[in-house]
Amino acid sequence: MDSNYGTYKLRTRHLNLFYSTKQALKDITINISPNTVTAFIGPSGCGKSTFLRCFNRMNDLIEGVTIDGEVLIDDVDIYKNMVDVHEYRKKVGMVFQKPNPFPKSIFENVAFGLRINGERSKTVLEESVEAALKQAALWEEVKDSLNKSALALSGGQQQRLCIARAIAVKPSVLLMDEPASALDPISTAKIEELIYQLKHSFTIVIVTHNMQQAARVSDKTAFFFMGELIEFDKTDKIFTNPSEDATQNYITGRFG
Amino acid sequence: MNKKRFFNPDIQDKVFKVFAICCTSLGLLTLVVLLIDITIKGIRRINWSFFFSLPSRHADESGIYTALAGMVSLLVITLLIALPIGILSGIYLQEYGKKNRFARLIEINISNLAGVPSVIYGILGLQLFVRTAGLGNSILSGALTLALLIMPIIIVSTREAVKAVPDSLREAAFGLGATKWQTIQRVVLPASFGGILTGIILSTSRAIGETAPLIVVGALAYVPFIPEGPMDQYTSLPIQVFNWTSRPQQGFVVNAAAGIIVLLLFTFILNGTAIYLRNKWYKKIAA
Repeated sequence: MDSNYGTYKLRTRHLNLFYSTKQALKDITINISPNTVTAFIGPSGCGKSTFLRCFNRMNDLIEGVTIDGEVLIDDVDIYKNMVDVHEYRKKVGMVFQKPNPFPKSIFENVAFGLRINGERSKTVLEESVEAALKQAALWEEVKDSLNKSALALSGGQQQRLCIARAIAVKPSVLLMDEPASALDPISTAKIEELIYQLKHSFTIVIVTHNMQQAARVSDKTAFFFMGELIEFDKTDKIFTNPSEDATQNYITGRFG
Repeated sequence: MNKKRFFNPDIQDKVFKVFAICCTSLGLLTLVVLLIDITIKGIRRINWSFFFSLPSRHADESGIYTALAGMVSLLVITLLIALPIGILSGIYLQEYGKKNRFARLIEINISNLAGVPSVIYGILGLQLFVRTAGLGNSILSGALTLALLIMPIIIVSTREAVKAVPDSLREAAFGLGATKWQTIQRVVLPASFGGILTGIILSTSRAIGETAPLIVVGALAYVPFIPEGPMDQYTSLPIQVFNWTSRPQQGFVVNAAAGIIVLLLFTFILNGTAIYLRNKWYKKIAA
C-alpha cells in the first residue's frame, strides 16, 4: 500500500493508451485531490480529451483502443475485471463538448440516470430532479416547463441541463470535456460560475481550449503535449511562472 | 480570360428548372389520368353490397368480401412475422454487429434482396413453405412469403434510422451508466422511431400490393368463404382484381376498377395514418 492512499480522488499511474498502434497517451501519472477543479490544457490532438475519457472508461466504446497502467478512483483500479463499468460510470458524471440532451422532456432528461437505476417512485424522482436542476442553476428558468422538450432550450440552458442530468445520479466526480466551447460568452460565464459552485460537492476535471477559462475556474492545471503530461501544478504557477519551456511557450501563445 | 459560354448561367438555370417541372408534371399527369379513368369506370360499383358480397359468376352480384378478409389476415400475419425479425435484425446489424468485411457483405446482400423481383420470392415460398414445410396454399404460406419479401426493406430502414441517431446521445446514456440495452431501448429506439415507422409503412404498402408471389404460392382466384385460421385457403384483393381483369364480360372490368379504388384507398389511409403518427411524434420530440 503506498503512502498516497486515501489522499487523492483520482489517480493514474504510468498510463499508456494506444489507438491500434498509435500511442496517444504516454506514461501519465497524475494525482487529483477531492473537491478541486483541475483543468487540462494543451493543443488539439495532445490527448487531453482521451485522457479525460479514461476516468469513466468511455474509451472502451472505441474499437482498437488498448490501455495499460492504472486508473484509480478512490484507490480502486477501474480497469480491473471485477469492476462493473456501468455501476462505475454512475459515480463519474460526464458533460460533453456539445450539449447533448435526449429528445425527451426536461424532466425525463434529468430523471434518466435514476430511471435506469430502477427508481420508480414519483416523489423520489421529482425531488431528485428538482434538486439537480437547482444545483445546476437551471430550476428557476424551467420549473414551469418541465414537460417541454429539452430541445426547445437555448444552448446554454441545454448544457446546464446536461450538467443537471449528470449530477442527478449523485456522482462524486464530474468530467467536463470543453463544456463551454459551443456556447456564447454569457452562457459560458454561467457555466463557469456553476463550476465554481459545484466544486464544493464534486471533484471536477475540465478540458478546455480557453486558457482564460482554465485560469478563471481551476485550482490546478495540467498541460499536455503530444500525449505527455508536461506539467501539473497550481493554476497560478502554471500561468505566471511555469517550470517547463513548452508550457511557457503554449500559454504565451507561441504555438498551439 | 474566361471562355465565353454559349448559354449564360441564368438561362441554363431556367432551362433546367423548366425541364424539372416538365418531368414532375409528366409523372403526376399520368397518375391523375389513371386515377380519373379508374374512378369514372369503377365508382358506380362501390356500395355496401360490393364490400360484403362473395365472389360470383355474375359481375353485378360479385363482391370483395373474401378478398378483403384474406388481404387483412394476410397482412396481419405477415407483419407479425416480419416486424420483430426485421427490426431486431436492423438493430443488431447497426448496434451490435462488428463492422468488418463480413458485415459489409451482409449489408450489400440485404440491400440487394430488397431489389429482387417479387416473383422469385414466390418461387422460394412455393418450394420452402408450400411444399417442403407442407403448409399448402394456406394464408400462412402466403404470409411467410410476403414476410420474406418485406423483411429486407424493414431491416434496411431500421438500420438507417438507428444509424441516424447521433453518437453524442449514446455517449450521454453510457456516461450515465446505462447498459447497451438500456441505451438502445430508452434512447436509440425512441429517437429513431419515426424512421423505423417509415420503413414499416413502405413495407406494408408493398405487401398490400403484391400479387405475383401470391399467385405462385397458390392464393386462389375464387374463394367463396372467409378464412377462419392461418391454415385456410384465401384470396387477396390484388388477386381478385387481377382475376376480374382477365374476364371478358364488361361488368367484371367495372368490378376490377372498383377493386382498384378500394385498394388505393386502403393504401392511402394506411400511409396517411402512419405519416400522421410520425409527424405527431416529430413534433413531440422537437418541442
